[in-house]
Amino acid sequence: MSTTCMFITHNGHAFPLADCPVLPIESFRQAVVDAVAAGGRLSALFAYPAGLGQLRLLAAIARTEQGDIAALTANLGEQYLAITPDCPQAHLYEREIFEQWNVLPLGHPWLKPVRFPKPETCGRPDFFSMTGEEVHEVAVGPVHAGIIEPGHFRFQCHGETVYHLEISLGYQHRGIERAMVGGPTPRTIHYAETIAGDSTAAHAAAYCRAVEALGQARVPARAQALRGVTLELERVANHIGDLGALAGDVGFLPTMSYCGGIRGDVLNMTALLCGNRFGRGMVRPGGVAFDVDARIVEQLQQWLDSTKRDARSAIELLWNTPSVMARFDGVGIVPADQCEQLGLVGVAARACGVARDVRENFPYAIYRFAHIPVSTWHSGDVFARAYVRWLEVRRSLAFIAEQLDALPEGCTTESVSEIAANHAVVTLIEGWRGEICHVAITGDGGRFAAYKVVDPSFHNWFGLAMALRSQQVSDFPLCNKSFNLSYCGHDL
Amino acid sequence: MTMLASIVHVMCALLLAPALPGVITRVKAWFAGRRGPPLLQAYYDLWKLLHKGAVYSKTTTWVFVAGPIVGLACAMTALLIVPMGGTAGVLSFSGDFLLLAYLLGLMRFFTILAALDTGSSFEGMGASREAFYSALAEPALLLGLVAMTAQSHSLSISGMVAAVTPVAIASPAGPALLLVAAALLIVFLAENARIPVDDPNTHLELTMIHEVMVLDHSGPDFAMIQYAATLKLWVLGALLVGILVPVRSGWWGVDLGAGIGGMVALAAVVGVIESTIARLRLVRVPQFLVAASVLSILALVLVMR
Repeated sequence: MSTTCMFITHNGHAFPLADCPVLPIESFRQAVVDAVAAGGRLSALFAYPAGLGQLRLLAAIARTEQGDIAALTANLGEQYLAITPDCPQAHLYEREIFEQWNVLPLGHPWLKPVRFPKPETCGRPDFFSMTGEEVHEVAVGPVHAGIIEPGHFRFQCHGETVYHLEISLGYQHRGIERAMVGGPTPRTIHYAETIAGDSTAAHAAAYCRAVEALGQARVPARAQALRGVTLELERVANHIGDLGALAGDVGFLPTMSYCGGIRGDVLNMTALLCGNRFGRGMVRPGGVAFDVDARIVEQLQQWLDSTKRDARSAIELLWNTPSVMARFDGVGIVPADQCEQLGLVGVAARACGVARDVRENFPYAIYRFAHIPVSTWHSGDVFARAYVRWLEVRRSLAFIAEQLDALPEGCTTESVSEIAANHAVVTLIEGWRGEICHVAITGDGGRFAAYKVVDPSFHNWFGLAMALRSQQVSDFPLCNKSFNLSYCGHDL
Repeated sequence: MTMLASIVHVMCALLLAPALPGVITRVKAWFAGRRGPPLLQAYYDLWKLLHKGAVYSKTTTWVFVAGPIVGLACAMTALLIVPMGGTAGVLSFSGDFLLLAYLLGLMRFFTILAALDTGSSFEGMGASREAFYSALAEPALLLGLVAMTAQSHSLSISGMVAAVTPVAIASPAGPALLLVAAALLIVFLAENARIPVDDPNTHLELTMIHEVMVLDHSGPDFAMIQYAATLKLWVLGALLVGILVPVRSGWWGVDLGAGIGGMVALAAVVGVIESTIARLRLVRVPQFLVAASVLSILALVLVMR
């Protein structure tokens, strides 16, 4: 076990790049495999140009037991021995590295494109296919019937049973990571906010914490509390929207309609904070851009009470309706061991009984002072993913009420000083979908030389594919909704 | 006079059938705390579709074009057979219930062929589901009608339904008639692609049964499909209302009015069903349909006893 060659850092602590030893690629590979086998999780693995034409590989491994992050680096040549065969969590990262930098991970099982950065290959990977009597292939998307993002799903079916689902994304690739390089500029925060529109506050907070760590800014307590409120409002709004959408997918109207309305109320609470229903413009480097006064707090508290009441009656109706439970129970199961292997995060992981929550495991900002208990359920099915959402809604609402009752006094923003040159920082945030990881690396001038974003969807899409094995093809929309992953967060 | 009443019923059905989905939608909207679209939305939709052009895929043949036409023809012919309460069908003869069942079968057969003709994987999947589920719904319908035949000693649907009087319902055959009504309600929901068998509101192709088979139809063809669907709703609904609204006053205007009122009430009941229960998993649908057959058989046993 090569713990000595790993550099240990913490969530949102900046460190000089020179402190992180550059390993030979073989020991890097072994160290990653060992750390993951010991219970770590690959939060990020990517290559970046380290100057003089040298490519460097960086792995950030979140170690739940120790509550810290192990950072490893190694120089890359034209090829290296793939990590994936010994550590399945790395499979998508290595495909990404191959696609972005043309470095060949030798022995990788399937180097399919991740995002099609070159237009001529767009949408044309070679798909897995099955042959035989009564076997048929169903292709869905990238243009869908509803108002959702583009993604292509290919099912290998035998009658109504799905044997294999292949998900091909990349239609929303905008080059966000490339645009972040050279920052921070006044524009960078806006890129961060648009990584995934439904996680605006979470991605903005991840970015801001990176900048604050590099610029040694101490965010005022009042701003931390308001950020917490914004983040939890985002979680509540999305979870309630998802529960309504789940009800809609099984054709259960009452919960669907009321949840749509309640979600709107929660979004309006965010709008009351900052003037935007999705929290744009709220979280800014150094603090928050909007303060609240007593009138707003009182209004928020009133809305919180009515939301709690409305949400309870609308959502508990789901658990009390047998026809709904018959659809949720035992559908789309992801076993806990598969969840560990794939490194699922967020609601999808907690619904497998894995107590994985950045707020608890790697506490940051306000969550160091106000704990939110981790909500888990053991069954790993659609019901578990729905029920965990409801548990989290209740706990988040309680957290928001608690914060509003005792908002610290003081200012809401602190200026960020000069960004440290040749430093790196790994920030983890529990967005509503799960762990959001941002890694910022600065160059000589205190500008981003590389910026890596890992949205929870990047980890979890494969979980959806696994959940569909041996399921009815007609249950796919329900399973899909129970994960509700982001396309643009994956495609960046 | 009775022929006049029958013709008036057919006219009413042709005019009023598209209002039934409107009633269902309004009831659902009320449950959801919404206002919902206008009652006459289906008429506006038909009008709009009739003024559009149709798009035909190059892979389709005449079968694709014939699907909606045969479907509408079958639905209209079925409407001529079906009675409304005491009002006999225009074309009423001994054994007409078999023709009714197989007119609906022919309609389905052509819809399935037209779906398969497109070569789309979605439509093939929908066609396969429709074929499977209707094969299970058909025995329930036929056995239910046979039970009614046994009760009324009549081989025409008009005779069977006319025999359902308040007296008959109060007699020992009453429970059998209610069982037939329950079986017919299941068939009615399944054949008309309603919850809990199918979800007419969903946009998710993978979960659809009926909707997914008509995805490629457009313009006037789609208008014909939509109109035929409302007529089918009327035909099967009329059978159900014939049992559940046994108003046999002897004045044809009153009987017909009660029947049409029953249709509106039935649409409202469908709205309530759709608002209060979720859809079944597709693998559970066969059990639901077999349950309808079991109810029909039980009714038959009760009548024959």
